[in-house]
Amino acid sequence: MATTPNPPATAKINRVGLSVIDYRGSKSTLCAGCGHNAISERIIEAFYEMGIEPERVAKLSGIGCSSKTPAYFLGRAHSFNGVHGRMPAVATGAAVANRNLLYIGVSGDGDTASIGLGQFAHLMRRNVPMIYIVENNGVYGLTKGQFSATADIGSRLRTGVVNELPAIDICALAIELGATFVARSFSGDKKQLLALLKAAIAHNGTVLLDVISPCVTFNDHEGSTKSYKFVKDHEEPLQEIGFVPSFEEIDIEYETGNGVEVSLHDGSKMRLAKLEEDFDPTDRIAALTRLAHAREKNEVLTGLFYVNPAQPNFTDLLNLVDEPLGTLPQEAVRPPRSVLDRIMEEFR
Amino acid sequence: MASTDVVKQDTGSRQDRDPVVNDFSIQVATVNGSGSQSANSALMRSIFLMGVPVSGKNLFPSNIAGLPTWFTIRVNKYGYSARKQETDLLVAMNPETAAEDVRALGAGAIVLFDEPLKLEVLRRDLEFFPVPIDKIAGPLAPEPKLKKLLRNMIYVGALAHLLWLDMQAVEEAVRKQFNGKKRAAENNIAAVRAGYDYAVANFPRSRLKVERMNENANKIIIDGNSASALGALFGGVTVVSWYPITPSSSLVESLTEYLKQYRVDGDGKATFAVIQAEDELASIGIVLGASWAGARAMTATSGPGISLMTEFTGFGYYAEIPAVIWDVQRLGPSTGLPTRTSQGDLLSTAFLSHGDTKHPMLLPASVAECFEFGYTAFDLADRLQTPVFVMSDLDLAMNNWVSDPFPYPEKPLDRGKVLSKEELERLGSFARYKDVDGDGIGYRTLPGIQHPNGAWFARGSGHNEKAQYSESPEDYVKNVNRLNRKWETVRSIVPGPVIERSTPGAELGIIAFGSSHWATLESVDQLQQEQGIALDYLRLRAYPFNAAVNEFVAGHERVYVIEQNRDAQMLQLIKMDIAAADIVKLRSVCYYNGHPLDARFVSDSIVSQEQK
Ligand SMILES: Cc1ncc(C[n+]2csc(CCOP(=O)(O)OP(=O)(O)O)c2C)c(N)n1
Ligand code: SF4
Ligand SMILES: [Mg+2]
Repeated sequence: MATTPNPPATAKINRVGLSVIDYRGSKSTLCAGCGHNAISERIIEAFYEMGIEPERVAKLSGIGCSSKTPAYFLGRAHSFNGVHGRMPAVATGAAVANRNLLYIGVSGDGDTASIGLGQFAHLMRRNVPMIYIVENNGVYGLTKGQFSATADIGSRLRTGVVNELPAIDICALAIELGATFVARSFSGDKKQLLALLKAAIAHNGTVLLDVISPCVTFNDHEGSTKSYKFVKDHEEPLQEIGFVPSFEEIDIEYETGNGVEVSLHDGSKMRLAKLEEDFDPTDRIAALTRLAHAREKNEVLTGLFYVNPAQPNFTDLLNLVDEPLGTLPQEAVRPPRSVLDRIMEEFR
Repeated sequence: MASTDVVKQDTGSRQDRDPVVNDFSIQVATVNGSGSQSANSALMRSIFLMGVPVSGKNLFPSNIAGLPTWFTIRVNKYGYSARKQETDLLVAMNPETAAEDVRALGAGAIVLFDEPLKLEVLRRDLEFFPVPIDKIAGPLAPEPKLKKLLRNMIYVGALAHLLWLDMQAVEEAVRKQFNGKKRAAENNIAAVRAGYDYAVANFPRSRLKVERMNENANKIIIDGNSASALGALFGGVTVVSWYPITPSSSLVESLTEYLKQYRVDGDGKATFAVIQAEDELASIGIVLGASWAGARAMTATSGPGISLMTEFTGFGYYAEIPAVIWDVQRLGPSTGLPTRTSQGDLLSTAFLSHGDTKHPMLLPASVAECFEFGYTAFDLADRLQTPVFVMSDLDLAMNNWVSDPFPYPEKPLDRGKVLSKEELERLGSFARYKDVDGDGIGYRTLPGIQHPNGAWFARGSGHNEKAQYSESPEDYVKNVNRLNRKWETVRSIVPGPVIERSTPGAELGIIAFGSSHWATLESVDQLQQEQGIALDYLRLRAYPFNAAVNEFVAGHERVYVIEQNRDAQMLQLIKMDIAAADIVKLRSVCYYNGHPLDARFVSDSIVSQEQK
């Protein structure tokens, strides 16, 4: 790209000639140790390693500590920090107006599962091409620690308040509603989260990543089911996830014994070393069943739950012209005088 | 007025009365869902095709089928098209309301009715024409469903005789109504003829007469929503997002049809997207997302939808993202009176959202302005980088109006201040909210610009010139003060008011806007002719107002503001703008019962206020 400054010869660069610094954002203002910061770090790595120009990316968010994070990664990407719970609509509009960008939305469990549940549902059902990350800490961080709708029954706040209502399982909901790539991870699981993010970049449809992301200030104590300790003790990964991007030569022969390979839209491949013998991530019903069991067993189930790379996405269904709608020239969007004349004749 | 003459006369014998030519009103009372809409439209079009100025209004309930509905047609050789209070001819087809409808008539009125209703016993000061609708319909169609639809065409035929209509025009109108559906057209024409033949055999012509004129050459008949849709089509709309709500739904529905027809390229690919959203929160969110990414995006809704767009509208104001929002006004929240017209969303829309927000509103008065504002709204939104509201209403939007054909937009699309990659390369960098040109409007880039300094961060009120997050008091004040400078630009480029009537030396002024225009115009003439009251009439076409409004108020002793809401909302907006000393000059005429405004109401109100 002509406008990319030449990196210093010593710095490591990716396939588009950028170094990891080019993927950074401004300094985080979140609490030290907040899970959300770790997720921002993984996003930076994923986009850097995938060699995506930040200018090709649009970041969107709602309101919450989590929704602040787009300021902290990919500073050169376009950004829209909207209103509470309404990021899905904004993302949908943008994705339709310019199909050539890569969209990443960041939301919180409050932003998604309470105020924004309606918009979340409709985004999933439309299969809008974008990565939708829920930075899930079971509380409203920004308003100082009230329970959110993803808090588990029996989970306790520092104040002693115990949650008595069932948690909304964002992943189960997303699968049920039509998302085509649904996974859960943990902000503390660097390897898994990075592999999932890279695969998410390669997917063409709605990716829902529910990332357990402990709130160190309001929900990281004994008795919380979204604390670092609880998640580490109860994490149950479904697979070991490897990712081979489309632009990398496949040099090592792949052991097919205990695993499956999923080819993604852009030719990248996910290699899933199975930890659970007969789990098939292309089987929706199986995914829903497995999630229901996890819930009963109080497991923090992580991994890729469901993927369907073939499903047409929302912009495919709209049968749009190739050029972004947003920049079509007048000739393409204002019909000629003869059309108005004809229409006027119809009204005579 | 002719009908007043009629009322004054003794109605003992019909023959000794002069015919009333091209100046009367008809009310058709039917049951909702009975298919009377086609018959009424055909009737209106027949008169249109005879070159006579005509207007029609559908006063319908919020109901799919079964409740009473009225359609009023006004024939007026002078071209007055507002609703008229008095009915000169009633078509009584609804057993439920017939007696009440008949009782409401002024003496001397004509009643055409379905014979079994036996209305002639109710009053002696009216002329009754019983038509045995079912008997005539019997032989026309074996099928009960079809028969039910054809019943309405029978009264059209009978009216054709009574009103001296040209049967050729009536048949042409029916054909047009069933555009392309030949069988349906012929069935309906047969019904019209049967009604006509019955009337010829049994009645003399009535004293209400439609006589050919040549006032409609080249004119069109169109509803406001279709006109708005066409405006958007020619404004180059690319993204439409909506949630159905009467009376705005037909705007998007007809726009969708036009887009499918005229905006699909040679390869069958669309240059547009229409998204039926899950609610109005999503509609406006989609619009803002799309506009941010460069689309010409719009939504259409009514009051309840506008209220759901509140926070996002404020966001659009502060992040400075264009949006076009049609508010087709109706009465009240919830179900409210969804099929009744209103101009009641002015104050809530002008300042929609929280913090110091204010928004331009365009105020179309005619179908021609629905078309014009349909495309200029996009130019304004892009130029001003802010949400622009277009305040239509049910009367304008859902009724058919006669209009000159719409002129093709001559000015190219104005996409406002958008930096291209080349421009940015020359500049090196840009500050999104910096007032470079002194008009309060910064330069924006569109997401997708492939330049390392091309991106900016869209966020709410807390940002500095460079669109960086800021809670600094200085940054905030600087920003909202700039937005106020932008507001002055808004004022200078939105459509200015127009003087519709002026009499040299008139001490009184009248201000109106939107669909109130038509009754106001007529009232100004009425007051001049009947009372010798001279008025200058200024019609508002947008908010905020420019200096012409201040000058108008300053230049008159008293100024009447005509509007269709209870609390004189437009008057309140004017009050905020004019010189303090002029505020006492403002008087108010408010009409808010859900029916379209009529001239007599305006005139009576002004006369009584002037007598005080
Ligand atoms: C309409 C509206 N209601 C309430 C708020 C206040 N509010 C801000 S953030 C937030 C909750 C955020 O929780 P979550 O999405 O879980 O994000 P976290 O801070 O935990 O990352 C609330 C209720 C708001 N900004 N807007
Ligand atoms: S309050 Fe919680 S969620 Fe918010 S920044 Fe601090 S740790 Fe993170
Ligand atoms: Mg949270």
